Amino acid sequence: MEFFSHQTRYPFMATRKVWYTLSAVLMIVSLASFFTRGLNLAIDFTGGVNAEVNFTHAADVEAVRAKLVAAGFHEPQVQRFGSSQDISIRLPPDPKQSAIEVRARLEGAVKSLDAGAQVAQLEVVGPQVGSELKTSTVWALFFTLLLIFIYIAFRFHTWRLSLGAIFAVLHDPILVIGFFSLTQISFDLAVVAAILAVVGYSLNDTVVVFDRIRERFETNRRSAPDVVLDESINQTLSRTIMTKLVTSIVVVALLFLGGPVLRGFSAALLIGIIAGTYSSIYISSAIALDFGLNAEHVFPSVKKDALDHLP
Amino acid sequence: MLEYARWKYILVAVVLALALLFALPNVFGDDPALQVARKDHAPITTDVSHEVEAFLKERNVPYVKSYIDNDRLMVRFANVDNQLAARDAVNAKYAGTYITALSFAPRTPAFLRALGLRPMPLGLDLRGGLYLLYQVDVNAAVNQALEGYAQDARRALAAANIPFKDVTAVALGNDKIPNAVRVVLPPQADLTAARTAVNQALQGLSLSTENLASGSAITGVMTGAQIRERQDYAIQQNITTLRNRVNELGVSEPIVQRQGIDRINVQLPGVQNSAEVKDILGRVATLEFRLEDMQNNPLEAAQTGRAPLGSKLYTKTRFGRPVLLKREVIATGDQLTNATTGQSQEGPAVNIKLDARAGENMLKTTRANLNKRMAVVLIDKRRETIEVDGKKVTRDVTDEEVINDATIRGVFSNQFQITGLGAAEARDLSLLLRSGSLATGIYPIEERAVGPSVGRENIQKGVTALLVGMAGVFLFMAIYYRTFGLVADLVLLANVVLLTALLSMMRASLSLPGIAGIILTVGMAVDANVLIYERIREEVRKGVSPQAAIRAGFDKALSAITDSNITTLIAGVVLWIFGTGPIRGFAIVLTLGIATSMFTSLMGSRALLTLMYGGRRKIARLSI
Repeated sequence: MEFFSHQTRYPFMATRKVWYTLSAVLMIVSLASFFTRGLNLAIDFTGGVNAEVNFTHAADVEAVRAKLVAAGFHEPQVQRFGSSQDISIRLPPDPKQSAIEVRARLEGAVKSLDAGAQVAQLEVVGPQVGSELKTSTVWALFFTLLLIFIYIAFRFHTWRLSLGAIFAVLHDPILVIGFFSLTQISFDLAVVAAILAVVGYSLNDTVVVFDRIRERFETNRRSAPDVVLDESINQTLSRTIMTKLVTSIVVVALLFLGGPVLRGFSAALLIGIIAGTYSSIYISSAIALDFGLNAEHVFPSVKKDALDHLP
Repeated sequence: MLEYARWKYILVAVVLALALLFALPNVFGDDPALQVARKDHAPITTDVSHEVEAFLKERNVPYVKSYIDNDRLMVRFANVDNQLAARDAVNAKYAGTYITALSFAPRTPAFLRALGLRPMPLGLDLRGGLYLLYQVDVNAAVNQALEGYAQDARRALAAANIPFKDVTAVALGNDKIPNAVRVVLPPQADLTAARTAVNQALQGLSLSTENLASGSAITGVMTGAQIRERQDYAIQQNITTLRNRVNELGVSEPIVQRQGIDRINVQLPGVQNSAEVKDILGRVATLEFRLEDMQNNPLEAAQTGRAPLGSKLYTKTRFGRPVLLKREVIATGDQLTNATTGQSQEGPAVNIKLDARAGENMLKTTRANLNKRMAVVLIDKRRETIEVDGKKVTRDVTDEEVINDATIRGVFSNQFQITGLGAAEARDLSLLLRSGSLATGIYPIEERAVGPSVGRENIQKGVTALLVGMAGVFLFMAIYYRTFGLVADLVLLANVVLLTALLSMMRASLSLPGIAGIILTVGMAVDANVLIYERIREEVRKGVSPQAAIRAGFDKALSAITDSNITTLIAGVVLWIFGTGPIRGFAIVLTLGIATSMFTSLMGSRALLTLMYGGRRKIARLSI
């Protein structure tokens, strides 16, 4: 079976203005949302308390909240979680409370409503730890991007191709963050891991396309650059789509079957893969083209004098 | 012609066989188990296992099997109820001799275990348990050292009869953290004499003098290296102490590790009650060496409740009777550098090493007090949560206990022995001494507790997602690339086996993000095969012969494969370095997965395809 039984000839370069507009819109929306609405940061980053409580009968969210406030916690966020008997509680960080007391008070409050209630999971993160994590996350993202930029500079000797690749590398995480900002899905450390993995993984396609571009320019210097770029993308299209499709199969399985802990992680992966494929195909090469890429840059030609001396 | 070097075939075969062997322990699953260890840390012998088995039979608690692993007895049960019943029974009867811990025992058959092969250890999010991150107050440790220096300086100045205004620890430099000792002298003081006097006391610090408006001052600054050394020592001591206390709790496979500059990471699988645990772990213990007051009668003081001037009464002692100790402290716990069990002419002994300053003090004291007695006091500060009038109250409690009282037989400075102990006593004492040589407190800044049922759920979900994901990929590849697709499927399977084997060998903890990493690797590993196959299809479309097409596919795709994996590798390595806990597990899996996928897709596929198509003379069409 083949999706692409004959060579495709989609006019990627000719239609690139459309794709630029689409990308621009998506990026603006993402950034706007990020700067206004912000992310729904998990306690990994903010510090605070996360707890899951199993009650023996259906729990009343309001009653739980009232009990928690009475116990001295302020601004508890109480939600149903899975079945009607499961409640998730989130408390903001309180520097005055010690981690030791939190559990005792929480259990006391919860058990006074239902003696059989069990705290299935409890996480307490000090505010200092949370803010440190924010810092090290930013550093991790920075280092990854830096190393990738260095790699790109070495790999693609011409700055035009490098620029295209760099743009794609920046474009994908912005879209993922925008997605999380718009949907307000909990943004925890696992999501950051997914974003880093996506950044690395989506560059794969760009490398493959650019490799093909070099090959084409090597054999075919006379064609116009936009034709060569089009051909390269079309020729690698089947491979790009296939790989991403297969990876999406596993990520979708993870999204639906992996449980709530990995939900943010899988969502980030899926969005990142889609964004990455899109940017590799439609954006990277187009940018290189618009900065004037041609055969000379990829393969500097032999000096013409040498030929003239031949009889 | 399609060929593959014979040594490459052998390499692939050997690697796969080894991988299968190392990955094998993971398929057996595990049972709830009870771990039994001796309180005195001696290894468990087979008669103990028989005894425990007989006891369980007598109490009608069914068990599956028991075996000895790592000097501990592991008893496996069919379900959690049996496990809990066994724990309660054993605890009730053997509370003094054995410690029990709830655990999970893998069902690995004995012959695999004998080879040293174990399944991957499971992280807390898959097993259930408690994770605590402790902050060590390293500045307090430095402060303590400075106070010690200050005290010595005061003594030296007093001995030389030099009046001084004040000797304190001060903070020089940009941080507000104290790092120096300043001796302030009144205007008429003899600066040179003072300097000579404190030279010995502040040895090792870089001294400087200055003239102040109100007199003069000598400042001794701790160098950066000295400060770091003191901090490191404090952390190491804390880690040792925590390990001892964690062992006392009877937790199976606990982890106590340094994290960053001044934090300690404690992982306790199977533990649920965090309040009790934190109380035990958070105890602050100090030691003091003091001379015994030989002139006054401790019993008299105990009766009247008043201690004579210059002495302190201790009613809690290891040997039963109360004792009177002098007020002056000869050496403190933080000056203890080591305490180990050893042998002396009279039998088991504890070898004690103190640091240089304490050594000097000890030299002076022992010279002046031969044949008098010296005692060691263990001071325990802990936080207790008790019920008062039905409400839970937390308070700080200080326990002082005299753990040893011995005669000074000779003159010694910083190395000496305490003799006249039994073997178990010596071991206990050295442990107590080591655990007591701390004065700085630690407090938890992060805590995560995962219930065991949540852990089991997480494993189930992870494994289901993995199996479904793999099935999806297998099916898709088989349909889209036909026979070559099946080859890719086999290669993928080999990849997962190889990855599992590597993780088992490394004893890396598997976490839920780690399982996600395996799933992701499955998806990404296909990339290489797809690259090769699409190239082969292209060559065939161009009209190249089947075997040449296969060869061309591999040759031309190689550079693209290596290149495209490098960027994912960069991300994986950065995450490995920056990540902690479960995320680091994910990073390890991702990075290793890339390496294994490159090996299996390049060498594995090629070997298999060459085997299938290399020998044949005529191939009409490639099933791709």
